[in-house]
Amino acid sequence: MVPISHMLFISTALFFIGMYGLFTRRNMIAVLMSIELMLNSVNINFVVFNKYLYPASLDGLFFTIFIITIAAAEVAVAIAIVINLYRSHMSVDVNAAEELKY
Amino acid sequence: MAQVIFYIIGAFILGMAILAVTAKQIFRSAIWLLFSLIGVASLYFWMEMYFIAAVQIIVYVGGIIVLVIFAIFLTHQSDEDMPQPSLKRKIASALAILLGLAFTTSLVFQYGFTPSPIPFDTEVNRIGRQMLNTGDGGFALPFEAISMLLLAAMVGCIVIAMRDSRPIQKTESSSSNTLQNHPQEMNT
Repeated sequence: MVPISHMLFISTALFFIGMYGLFTRRNMIAVLMSIELMLNSVNINFVVFNKYLYPASLDGLFFTIFIITIAAAEVAVAIAIVINLYRSHMSVDVNAAEELKY
Repeated sequence: MAQVIFYIIGAFILGMAILAVTAKQIFRSAIWLLFSLIGVASLYFWMEMYFIAAVQIIVYVGGIIVLVIFAIFLTHQSDEDMPQPSLKRKIASALAILLGLAFTTSLVFQYGFTPSPIPFDTEVNRIGRQMLNTGDGGFALPFEAISMLLLAAMVGCIVIAMRDSRPIQKTESSSSNTLQNHPQEMNT
């Protein structure tokens, strides 16, 4: 049997890889993909906890399902925003939307 | 044998994720992300959580990645390289990541989880009954809330993506170009 901490290590590493992408990427769609990686790592955590620590309940599984749903809604809205921004600025670089700061 | 498969799946997920955040072309990055998400789904299969694995493949691989690839094609970037971050930024982020990873990993390994002896019941029947249960421990209210959220997201996407029929007051040449393209796009 694989120790639980090894499974949690995979999800931790996945989270920080996503965070590396979030720090280094300047392209909005790439940033969005990094966020997807981070959401996935959280899902792995919930599923592992539910299956191995609290098998009698299903709460972690429902959290995972709801996170997947919200991620889908988030990506849809974010891509609509990115395409709209691309129309007005002809760029998907995060620096192109600098005027949002002021 | 099951252990070996687990470590292979884990290495696959992490390797594909690293490639996804470091690839030069955004389209390749999306494809590596696709493989990473398939790896996560296979991890769920390995844990015998079949329902979640199916949802992962349907929603993430079939929905989100396809949407991202559409967005990449719509913004015409598939042929050119993304600008690489400066070396300073790369090193600083890598340091921050390694620090956070070391800290969290040490916490996880110190905690010492004790697995529950009860086997997990993977029947989908149980999931469905609890999700639509209005009684104690039921998830009917979050289910309804999430359906409202999906409706709101759908309406929001249409509103954001809808072209404004009023003339745009911006003086940029780019916006006038897109306005001229409008009738052609409507025909196709």
